[in-house]
Amino acid sequence: MRFKGKVFKYGDNVDTDVIIPARYLNSSDPEELATHCMEDLDSSFTERVEKGDIIVAGKNFGSGSSREHAPLAIKTAGISCVIAESFARIFYRNAINIGLPILISKEAAVNIEEGTCLEVDLEQGTIKDLDHNQTYTAEPFPEFMQEIIKAGGLIEKIKGEVGR
Amino acid sequence: MGMTMVEKIIAAHTDEDRVRPGQIVNARVDIVLGNDVTTPVAVKEFNKIGVNRVFDRERVVIVPDHFTPNKDISSAEQALLVRKFAREQEITNYFEVGEMGIEHCLLPEKGLALPGEIIVGADSHTCTYGALGAFATGVGSTDMAAAMATGQLWFRVPPTIKFIYSGRLNPWVSGKDLILYTIGDIGVDGALYRAMEFSGEAISNLSMDGRMTMSNMAIEAGGKCGLIACDEKTREYLKDRAVREYTAYESDPDAEYEKIIEYDVSEIEPQVAFPHLPENTRPVSQASHVKIDQAVIGSCTNGRIEDLRIAAEVLKNNHVHPDVRCLVFPGTQAIYKQAIKEGLIDIFIDAGVAVSTPTCGPCLGGHMGILAKGERAISTTNRNFVGRMGHPESEVYLASPAVAAASAIKGYITHPEEVVR
Repeated sequence: MRFKGKVFKYGDNVDTDVIIPARYLNSSDPEELATHCMEDLDSSFTERVEKGDIIVAGKNFGSGSSREHAPLAIKTAGISCVIAESFARIFYRNAINIGLPILISKEAAVNIEEGTCLEVDLEQGTIKDLDHNQTYTAEPFPEFMQEIIKAGGLIEKIKGEVGR
Repeated sequence: MGMTMVEKIIAAHTDEDRVRPGQIVNARVDIVLGNDVTTPVAVKEFNKIGVNRVFDRERVVIVPDHFTPNKDISSAEQALLVRKFAREQEITNYFEVGEMGIEHCLLPEKGLALPGEIIVGADSHTCTYGALGAFATGVGSTDMAAAMATGQLWFRVPPTIKFIYSGRLNPWVSGKDLILYTIGDIGVDGALYRAMEFSGEAISNLSMDGRMTMSNMAIEAGGKCGLIACDEKTREYLKDRAVREYTAYESDPDAEYEKIIEYDVSEIEPQVAFPHLPENTRPVSQASHVKIDQAVIGSCTNGRIEDLRIAAEVLKNNHVHPDVRCLVFPGTQAIYKQAIKEGLIDIFIDAGVAVSTPTCGPCLGGHMGILAKGERAISTTNRNFVGRMGHPESEVYLASPAVAAASAIKGYITHPEEVVR
């Protein structure tokens, strides 16, 4: 999978409460959730985001609540991929399970700037900064997680197994 | 080389004799938990899998506690969806309003969370049950769906950081202060992907309620779980509660830890975490005179009977400051009833406190005590993120029930000894 989009850059510890505030969790409709994505951190996010865009953030992205509504909101808002120095563990699981591509690269997280145009190759784990002609390589996923990603998420993987 | 507690528990739930940090395994789970916010998404995913029934109706636990009693029409519809699923699947442990409590207060009380078990919950504070010696961890809704369908889930075996708390606690210092101090020391990602293991004299001396407060906040340091080995206190607590037999595990003396961190608790005073991260901790002596508008006492972190007793001790013969709203949320119906029996609710009401039926309520900015722009709360809850309790420009300061109660009386953040001498 390849993605191309502009960067929304955030800092460390972006928590799931700012990704999707709990006041909107009385709905589980992804489209509805997406209209409030990042609202408490970046109020103009939903106006500016375009399909394919990429979030680049610092350490511990997605910390806090287990709400899967957070990666769902990001995915449904049109974000193709999240790149961070590190991810909080429940967000990491959730992203893999629902098929929101994520990549870990400290170098990319530190160097890539807001608004930059990126091209990401998920299989290769490469992140190309098209504006500055720089390429970063992300940490590869363990094989087991690659299987979930390839299947299109955990449910698809299990479906195959349960049906056997 | 020996194994740590979490390695032993995970291995016991697979067909392997031993597991190693970093290894990815499919393990059997003993309990799968969900609430009214996370279960609706899980039900949607469950229905895609193509199985008709949950793997074991007695091992799926559903507690509608976040936006219940329903705060609005949308949340009522979410709760209805969950209720229908529980009925269709004949879920034994579905707890309706009136029976329910805050999930992480309720499961231990009902004897549903046991040593040596693997408990996954679609709620990040599922790590609470580590205090009972269970490997308990928060997961998402898709994980919940998968676990409900198959009784299994994938895990990456975590490395363990061992924390040793030696010495005796100072007056007014509680489990909450120990965990806030720890998070302040290692940071909100200090235990990312790691198992935290709490041990030492101070942990042995801590009550089960205090231990649950500590394990509850392991996630605030990024931890996968916060384990405390099962001891006499644990067994005593479970004596008339445990719904199943259990096997307790403890770390081998030669287990391999990633790190060992030691604290002398006699040097720790009550802690306050400043906005907007639980790691922004200061001793209460360096936090005084921050004016507050609201004090919240309760939640899955501090809504247990011991917490209410301490709050009542501080509030007895005192009155909440006229500029402050003080709210108390007993964790479960049984805790509420016990508090009535002990006269704690009388003390609260006489002091001008609003007492609520159990709910997560304002902890996550759901309902029952939302903050306006610019308002500040001191809260015994677990997170002080931007907008956590209401307006994005409101602030939450995290502390123990003793500090929250004392602050409610004074109107600003206060050491309990300034109120009770």
